[in-house]
Amino acid sequence: MKKVVGVINLVDENNDLSELTRHRSFASVPFAGRYRLIDFSLSSMTNAGINTVAVFTREKYRSLLDHLGSGKEWDLDRHQGGLFFQPPASDERVTNGDIRSFHENISFFKRSLSHYVVVTNGKLVWNVDFHNVIDEHEETGADITLVYKPCDDPYVSGNTYNVLHTNEEDRVERLNLDVEPLPGDDVYLNTFVMKSSLLISIVEEAVETGKYKSINEAIAASLSRYHVHGCHFGGYVSFIDNVQSYYRYSMELLDPNVTQELFYNKGPIYTKVKHEAPAKYDESSTVVNSLIANGCTVSGTVENSILFRGVKVGKGAVIRNSIIMQKCEISEGAIVENVILDKDVSVSPHEKVTSEDEPRVIAKSTVL
Amino acid sequence: MSKKRCVAMLLAGGQGTRLGKLTTRLAKPAVPFGGKYRIIDFTLSNCSNSNIDTVGVLTQYQPYILNSYIGIGSAWDLDRKNGGVSVLPPFLGQKGGEWYKGTANAIYQNMYYLRQYDPEYVLVISGDHIYRMDYSEMLDYHEEQGADATIAVLEVPWNEANRFGIMNTDEENRIVEFQEKPEEPKTNLASMGVYIFSWKALEKYLTEDEANPDSSNDFGKDIIPAMIEDQKKLYAYSFSGYWKDVGTLQSLWEANMDLLDDDPDLILNDPSWRIYSVNPNQPPQYIAPQANVSRSLVNEGCVVYGEVYRSVLFYGVHVGLGTTIKNSIIMPDVKIGANVKIENAIIESGTVIEDGMELGNKDGSISLIADGEIVSVPK
Repeated sequence: MKKVVGVINLVDENNDLSELTRHRSFASVPFAGRYRLIDFSLSSMTNAGINTVAVFTREKYRSLLDHLGSGKEWDLDRHQGGLFFQPPASDERVTNGDIRSFHENISFFKRSLSHYVVVTNGKLVWNVDFHNVIDEHEETGADITLVYKPCDDPYVSGNTYNVLHTNEEDRVERLNLDVEPLPGDDVYLNTFVMKSSLLISIVEEAVETGKYKSINEAIAASLSRYHVHGCHFGGYVSFIDNVQSYYRYSMELLDPNVTQELFYNKGPIYTKVKHEAPAKYDESSTVVNSLIANGCTVSGTVENSILFRGVKVGKGAVIRNSIIMQKCEISEGAIVENVILDKDVSVSPHEKVTSEDEPRVIAKSTVL
Repeated sequence: MSKKRCVAMLLAGGQGTRLGKLTTRLAKPAVPFGGKYRIIDFTLSNCSNSNIDTVGVLTQYQPYILNSYIGIGSAWDLDRKNGGVSVLPPFLGQKGGEWYKGTANAIYQNMYYLRQYDPEYVLVISGDHIYRMDYSEMLDYHEEQGADATIAVLEVPWNEANRFGIMNTDEENRIVEFQEKPEEPKTNLASMGVYIFSWKALEKYLTEDEANPDSSNDFGKDIIPAMIEDQKKLYAYSFSGYWKDVGTLQSLWEANMDLLDDDPDLILNDPSWRIYSVNPNQPPQYIAPQANVSRSLVNEGCVVYGEVYRSVLFYGVHVGLGTTIKNSIIMPDVKIGANVKIENAIIESGTVIEDGMELGNKDGSISLIADGEIVSVPK
């Protein structure tokens, strides 16, 4: 295989997950009991043998940096290549567009001597085989391949996405940025493949002319100039863009078919290891339809919920339809329903924390 | 190599014959324990948590799984630029070579390894035991006493004392007599197989022991008695926590069941004393709507549709609908079909159990299901 470098582009990510993204980047939001959102794209890169990966960030990257470390967990602590964590080059704030980040890192692409570059983002929950995407890119002889997924999420409208339209030869004819998709529309997953040399020239040209602020704008304006191919991703993928959709996609993990596809059918999803003991269930524990991570001790009742690592559930406590993040403590007799507790929240004995309709997010380290 | 205050030598060559088919393909220290660990994780984690960063692991019997598991020691923070973990198998030299003849001979054959670190002290431990112990405190004690050797001891029930190496000590904890598995023990202070030697003394006694053709080259049988006879300064260091030699299927089963108590003596999730292990990268466990799990330890990657009571499930175990598991240990990647009944059993890694099977006895004896065979072990 020709040499490929990867980029996880977090420059244009939004902060719409309420308390969950107050102090952390979207890509480092905890998900699925022991992961961060970025783990899915990053592990997919590792599993495709891409061992040079840059992470472009703009802000709130402290927790992300802590999570990724040297990249060891993703096998990215390499002498050749490895993980490149790239915060902005200066303190000057740029509010939109990622062209500048690509330009600041142009030497990364030049130095890597890679043939192709795969760019994706840090918010997709999926397990994608980038080998297939690159193969398809080569077979079609395209200059640029954009990965899309027909949107089957009925709740997705109301949020803006990039929607593409292909002709019968799967060539992208239109790329409409920031539009509300209709069910069935092909949503571009902000994931593309092109030759590194082409990326470098697109970025340099965009900066010289000043016409485009983002890579997507530059691509959208070049559909007749380049052969842009649409690659249909047939697997499971999330459309998370607010607390409601975060909650909904979390709850989909309680469907074993979803976890089978995400975690078992293809390569493993890696994450930072915590060395927690196995989960312990007491005599009085009742757990149904839930995902439980290691380090949890359960003496109470857990239904339709996700418990992250190191959660304690006291005797007589009840957790329903909730997402409980790392090291939360739900004391004896407490009731927690329809909520998302960020890390280290503690709920006092016999306290009731519930939400009527929409899931409520309780900020990190809150004592209730 | 720069000088080290203390180097650990971890004896991991044991076959564990009494574990039967569980040790067909792996050495006893590699036997799975406690839902996610292998037995050797406890001693390696003890070293790491005691700030001992140089560990020689002596392997001999079925070493492959152990070697690949230990790797470069990253899981225990023992991947170090200076020191770290080294796996030390028996080897051939220009003048030939031989298998490790006994515990003392195993260290003797690796004196070249110790010499390169020019240590003050050598900690000799066994990879067969489950316990949490801060060796640095024992080392301080050894140093304060100016001892030639210090042996960790534990009070055992008097009626079991005849199964251990028993120390007879004076008022100052100095060891005056050592009895290996005595019929009439004089004390109930049993050796835990944890020794600290001053390197100079150890070097001398290992060399002398090797020159003695009648020796069995064993620490308990030869080295310690010889040192006592020479009136060397040997001290007993009392340890009072949880310690278990999981040498038999019964004791392996009991030690796993001990973890299910409300306040177990062996704490696995103490953030200040992590028990490290190699992580298999599995998603959280899924407990289905029809499932019922209580008084159990369940690891990542498990999918449970049935009932699990008082059992330990390692990673990647699937429990089908209508299945009940009681008082059992289910090792990694075991797939159990629907309507299966398992009681008082240990199921070896990777076993597939078909729908409707009934395994294990109700009389309390432990059954081992390994290599596709069912072996019943009387209590």
